Amino acid sequence: MSINKPSFRTRAVHVGNEVDPATGAVVAPIHFASTFRQPGAGVWGQYDYSRSGNPTRTALQRTLASLEGGVDSLAFSTGMAAIHCVTMLLSPGDMILAGSDIYGGAYRLFHKICDRAGIGVNLVDFTDLDAIASAIRPETKLMWGETIGNPQMSILDLPAISKLAKDAGILFGVDNTFGTPALLRPLEHGVDIVMHSATKYLGGHSDCLGGTLAVSDKSLYDQLYFIQNATGAVLDPMSCFLLSRGIKTLDVRIRAQSETAMKLAEWLKVHPLVSRVLYPGLEEHPGHSLAANLMGEHFGAMVTFELRGNKAQTAMVCQSTKLFCLAVSLGAVESLIEQPATMSHASYAAADRDRFGITDGLIRISVGLESFDDLRDDLESAIASLSL
Amino acid sequence: MSTQAVHAGELRQKSEGAISTPMYCASTFTFESTDALLRFVEGEEEREEYGRYGNPNERSVERKLAAMEGAESAIVYSSGMAAIVGLLMSKLSAGDEIIFFDQCYHRSREFCTKHLARFGVVTHQVKTGDFAAMDAAINGRTKMLVSESPTNPHLTCIDLEQFVAVGKAHGVETLIDATLATPFNLRPIEFGVDYVLHSATKYLGGHNDLLAGVICGTAEQLESVRNLRGILGSVNSPHNLYLLERGLKTFELRMERHNQNGLHVAQFLDSHPKVDRVYYPGLTSHPSHQTAASQMRGYGGLVTFTVRDADWKKTSRIVDAAKIARIAPSLGGVESLIEQPLVMSYYNCSPEDRQRFGISDNMIRFSCGIENTEDLIADLDQALSQ
Repeated sequence: MSINKPSFRTRAVHVGNEVDPATGAVVAPIHFASTFRQPGAGVWGQYDYSRSGNPTRTALQRTLASLEGGVDSLAFSTGMAAIHCVTMLLSPGDMILAGSDIYGGAYRLFHKICDRAGIGVNLVDFTDLDAIASAIRPETKLMWGETIGNPQMSILDLPAISKLAKDAGILFGVDNTFGTPALLRPLEHGVDIVMHSATKYLGGHSDCLGGTLAVSDKSLYDQLYFIQNATGAVLDPMSCFLLSRGIKTLDVRIRAQSETAMKLAEWLKVHPLVSRVLYPGLEEHPGHSLAANLMGEHFGAMVTFELRGNKAQTAMVCQSTKLFCLAVSLGAVESLIEQPATMSHASYAAADRDRFGITDGLIRISVGLESFDDLRDDLESAIASLSL
Repeated sequence: MSTQAVHAGELRQKSEGAISTPMYCASTFTFESTDALLRFVEGEEEREEYGRYGNPNERSVERKLAAMEGAESAIVYSSGMAAIVGLLMSKLSAGDEIIFFDQCYHRSREFCTKHLARFGVVTHQVKTGDFAAMDAAINGRTKMLVSESPTNPHLTCIDLEQFVAVGKAHGVETLIDATLATPFNLRPIEFGVDYVLHSATKYLGGHNDLLAGVICGTAEQLESVRNLRGILGSVNSPHNLYLLERGLKTFELRMERHNQNGLHVAQFLDSHPKVDRVYYPGLTSHPSHQTAASQMRGYGGLVTFTVRDADWKKTSRIVDAAKIARIAPSLGGVESLIEQPLVMSYYNCSPEDRQRFGISDNMIRFSCGIENTEDLIADLDQALSQ
């Protein structure tokens, strides 16, 4: 890096975290004010009412825009609120074309909320470019995928899908929660909207909820801002502060967590009671070379593996770890474990669970900052309970 | 007072035009240049430097507390105990003596008799309200007279005119811990008391969600105290300072309700056949009633009572039967709390010491929150009938 073109890690610490001019405070103060004094009647200052704008939120949004390489970004109360904002760009009769490997909450939003507004959805395998191309219809106005799919860890060919979308005049948005802007920046690959559940790696400490959208087009930003301000699902100042604070260590966290995840994936791969491991860092993963092109040497810290066991046995393994905490969510310094079939993807219809490979033996782990040895030993003894 | 509580101490025009003081989490504050640093070091410019020496949230809430207390200056600490320790450590040296009225918070007593003693400071305790004894205990080494008003848990109120007169006659400074009174009910500075102490954890914070302490006095008297805090480091966090400032905005409303609940609960208990004795300065039967009535606006939310013909076990069953009040130490929050001093704070005391401190086995201390008065009374009524 150089002073004129600071690196990602430097920008994560400094952009949006300028010294407070009033006091010299090295960390900007948190503005809890709901409203702001105006220069005069009918003369508006930069901030008027906290839903429309708040200095602490602006600081976070500037950091994120810089890290994503976008023109601007928006912070929402949750990741779902951020996706909902995107779907509110659509009108009755429009269609969403979404990947089949998406988060259960997005699946639920598209199928059970958007349909009430007359917006349809169809799901295709987003790793199959021909399938995407043939699924595009004149009514398709939004394409939605996850850069690293959940829980299959499928990898999207972002440049190719972006081109398909652009050629058809369709907006292409991705959820990059598993990728993080430290490892993968979709806007650089032609994606229109990048979304994060900031609750995960951006915050990183399991202590705040948040969602973000970043875009590289100013007029698209204006439309999204209008919707956010009109509908109001903004992120609160304390969470904005915690997120800004968490983002300062994002790069070091995700790289360390990725390295441990890689070691765990390699260890699981040769475990006799594990039938398969889904991790894009493994050469045999179908998305590996794509992931290496898009992400470089780190592949994220989410690992899915399948046990040679039934639903109850798998649940038992998830319940018997001591370091891995049985919980949904992911991305924090604490390692988590869950069974997609009964937890994160329980809101999928049973038929869709089968169709999209969410088998009963699947286990998803979110690798935290604990040491590899400790995490391996924990998994080892939990899996050992299977054969007892 | 409500207007002061809402506005005093805060900047009229805050950063970004924000209506409320932003929370400054910064541990350190930057200087534009060496010149700017020199202007600060030379004392030409007042500003922040490092979190231990001050923080904008701290200044703002300290100004508000000083205004509410009618004091020139206030210093906020990480807890009430840190505040009294900060004051005494700054004002006393080896060979100095202090005199306490003996009804006092047991940790204040412990700090003076066990810890200040190690630094050669001598603590005398005289019977609460016995000004002749206090006067007689003063000698050339006496540096401070200390009392609570009202005291905890007996709610004895000190005649502040007499208290100050004893100090002034000998040129000895006075300190009142007015935690139970709050500046809404009692303003000791107006009586000439030198220092007013509060555990701001109680009524000032008011929501059982923060710890804080405050010392009020003149800027000159507090200068050395402030400097010592900068060295010892018992400052509060920006988060707590923000919550404290926020809590103070409803201070007057809360105090009105605490006073009202305290008085009604005390009157109810006073007429209850199962209650032996009620300690509440608002009752004419309380020995301090005259003093309290002449110097206080209200009597607070704390009520202490003893249960008739009950041993400690019967008494604890009443405590356990309360459904609204929770069993916990502390007081002064919006939630009512109940405790049996024998079990809560004096469990490890010898029976002789408990007798000396007036803590009987059948004593219950009730901190009225701001719940509905009738609900609190109905709950106590059912608990007493167990």
